Formats: sequence, C-alpha cells, structure tokens
Amino acid sequence: MFDAKIQPTVYHKNSLGSSPVKVEVRDVSVSYGDKQALFNVSLDIPDKSVTAFIGPSGCGKSTFLRCMNRMNDTIDGAKVSGSLKIDGAEINDRAVDPVVLRASVGMVFQKPNPFPKSIYDNVAYGPRIHGLAASRAELDEVVEQSLRKAGLWAEVSDRLQDPGTGLSGGQQQRLVIARAIAVNPEVILMDEPCSALDPIATAKIEELIDELRENYCIIIVTHSMQQAARVSQMTAFFHMGSLIEVGPTEEIFTNPLEPRTQDYITGRFG
Amino acid sequence: MALSKHAHIVTAYGEELDKLADELARMGGLVEMQLDAAVAAVVRRDASVIAEVRQREVQVNAMQVDIEKRVIRLFALRQPLATDLRMTISSLKIASDLERVGDLAKNIAYRSKGLIDFAPLAVLNSVERLGIIVGKQLHEVLDALSSFDVEPAIRVWRNDDEVDEHYNALIREMLLSMSEDPGLVGPGAHILFVAKNLERIGDHATNIAEALHYMVTAEPLDTSDHGPL
Repeated sequence: MFDAKIQPTVYHKNSLGSSPVKVEVRDVSVSYGDKQALFNVSLDIPDKSVTAFIGPSGCGKSTFLRCMNRMNDTIDGAKVSGSLKIDGAEINDRAVDPVVLRASVGMVFQKPNPFPKSIYDNVAYGPRIHGLAASRAELDEVVEQSLRKAGLWAEVSDRLQDPGTGLSGGQQQRLVIARAIAVNPEVILMDEPCSALDPIATAKIEELIDELRENYCIIIVTHSMQQAARVSQMTAFFHMGSLIEVGPTEEIFTNPLEPRTQDYITGRFG
Repeated sequence: MALSKHAHIVTAYGEELDKLADELARMGGLVEMQLDAAVAAVVRRDASVIAEVRQREVQVNAMQVDIEKRVIRLFALRQPLATDLRMTISSLKIASDLERVGDLAKNIAYRSKGLIDFAPLAVLNSVERLGIIVGKQLHEVLDALSSFDVEPAIRVWRNDDEVDEHYNALIREMLLSMSEDPGLVGPGAHILFVAKNLERIGDHATNIAEALHYMVTAEPLDTSDHGPL
C-alpha cells in the first residue's frame, strides 16, 4: 500500500474486505511541543465496518484517534501534519469548521460523559444546536430513533425527563452513543468505551457496535485484545508512535506478520 | 516456546504451553514404542508383548485425555492468540491422531496371536518393510514436531506415496498368494488387516505433518501440490 518513513508498516492484503474506503490517512504525524507522538501514519479505513486500534499505553493510538475529529486542535503545542480525508475531503483544511466536523465524526470516551441534563435533552442537544429538527415532533422522533438505535429506548422511554447521570454506567455509555448518533455522524470514534463497564454492559455495547456498523464507519481503541477480536473486522497495531501492522482482524489474531505484533498480542516481552 | 523468540510476561502461561508441548512429545514417544512393538510382534509371530502393549495403550489414552484437558484449560483461562492459538489447537489435533495411531498399533499387535498357529509367510518381509517405512514417517514427523521444523514435515507428507506403494504391493502379493493357496486365507486375512492398519498410521503421520505446518506457518499444506491422496 504505502511506506511510512520512520517504521515501515506491514499491510495485509484485503484489509478492507468488500467495504469502500471512508477515511484516507496519509503520512500523518503528531507532535506535542518537542515530543513527536505519532510518526507518518498511512492507512485506509473502511466504511460500514469496525476498525480496532490496539497497542500498549503511549503507542499513539488515542493520539491518532483524536486526529480524526481534530481534537488535537484543543491541545496547546499540538502539531498535526499529513493528510486525513473523510469521503475524499481533507479535514485539516482551514475551511473546515471543527464543530461541524465533530458532528459528523462522533466520539465516545472511556468514561461515559452525559450532560447534566435529562435523558431527552442529552440526545436532543446536538440536533438542536445543528438545527436538525424543524419542530418538537421532529425532535421527539430524532430522540426516539437515536435511543432505539443505541438499544436504550425500551429501558428509558417512560422516564425521558430523568437525569442522564442517574442511569447505570452501561446505560450512560449507550446514552452517549445515542447522543452521537442523533446528529447523523459519518464516523463514530470510541476510545476504550467499555473499560469502565461490567461484562454484561460490555456485551450490550459490543452488540450495539455490531449493529451500528451496518450504517457507520466505527473506529475503536481498546486495550482488550479479546474485544478487538470480537467487534472489529480490521485491526491496526501501533507501537511507539508508529503504525506497525494492519490487517483483517482474523489474520492479525491468528497470524500476525510482524514479530512486535506477535509479541504484543500473545503477551510476550518484546 | 520455540515458536517465539520471546518469553511470556505471565510466566505460568508460558509454562503451561511448554508443558503441553512436552506432554505431546511424551505421547509421541510412547506411540512410537507401541508401533515398533506391534510390528515386531507380527513379524516374529510373538504374542508375548500384547500385555505390555495393552498397558501402554491405557497410558496413551490417559495422555490424550490429559492433553485435551490442558487445551480446554488454556482456551478457557488464557485465550491464546496467534502462535499460541495455533499451537494449542494443533496440539489437540495431533493428540487425537496419536491416540488413533496407538489404537491401530494395538490392533496390529493383537493380530500376532492369530498368526502363531500358521507357518511363517514370505509376505512378512513385506510387512516388516512397510512397518519400517511407516515407523520412519512417524519418527520424522514427531522429530519435526519437537523442533517446530516445517521442512521435514513437508517431506513426511510427500513420502506418503511411498507408504501407499508398498501397501498396494503388499496387498497384491497377499491376494495372489491367497488365490493360489486357499490355506493361506486364514493368516492372509490377518496380514491384510495389519497392512491396512499400517497404511492408516502413515495417514495419521501426514495429518500430524499438516497440523505442524499450520502451527508453524498458519497456512494449510497445499493440497494441489504433490502429496497424499
């Protein structure tokens, strides 16, 4: 596919499966002040598919995830270079409004972060500020549909005015996903979305991710190898700021080509 | 361990995988002894080893159960991935093949009892030759397994043709003798079973070669390539 300048990345064949490319990344590097955190990452990310980023802490996977919706813009001294296109449009272009970009590239964090508002208002917030609903009835519909897609409707439909923060951790995470879905995103980024959840809540989120991939390009950062194996179709392994290997998830977990990938996923000293 | 240059961070996990490989090697050694004893029993028409073979058969079966338990435990508690995954799943398959080889060897040894009452047959030379070829196949594939070496495994896989050729020649020779002398039908039937069992052991050796190839390379042996039918 391409050669990174610092660490050549190993690209498996057919990593994208039958999916078209949604996000095209070329030579993306990130520095925080003098410290370079990411080195020349080039990668095609498929649409309607789940891509997992794995790697040890500090390997650059979350830094890279934050490039997708220009979250690094908010960090002083952060410098991003290279090209990152979603549907062919460069997101680092000065003309792109990061607020608009973040509506189409939703993000779910490690700890659920519902607004201190009602369940209804949490989901309605985005459509309201982006003017996506013309009437109250339309807004009601968006809220219901988003909660349904997030698999939460049945559990909250009779208490939409209760505070979102009163839900359980797993429900809060699904509420946050509903909030992201409500503004019709193209891409959903998830940064360790289940690390604070118990196994049942985790299973529900994973089931939800599997359903959502029919309509969205989902990128998930996870420390759980088993989770990456369960939910993703493509896996990318990062190490010390470089993208080491990318391939179909099944191949990465049965036959990684790079010794560093092999050592990491089998739990060996590298 | 030898499949990867580096040690596991969780020492106990690495030790469990090493132990699995050791147990497989021990089971292989035991099964080789069974085959050698069985072929010798038939060729010498000596049924005295049957008790010993039966005793080892119990051990072989117990080892298969033990390896199965180890594999289940690894899957349940360690969730092996990559080379560890391939090693664990291949061990399960290889243990099953070895158990079958043990069974077949036991059956061969039992045939020695049926041959005692008959005069020695010329065809026993061919049985011995087939036994040597099959024993070499098994020995080489188990050697390859202990060193995770894929090249000798591929050779074993290709050499199965030689086993088949000897087997077919032996069958022809025996059938011809039986048609010429109906008195040979009794011992001949035993010999036919022995030959068939040896040929099956050869097939299990190629199965082990295939499992080892997958373990090391993650690829199946190319069945379009020249190989066993």
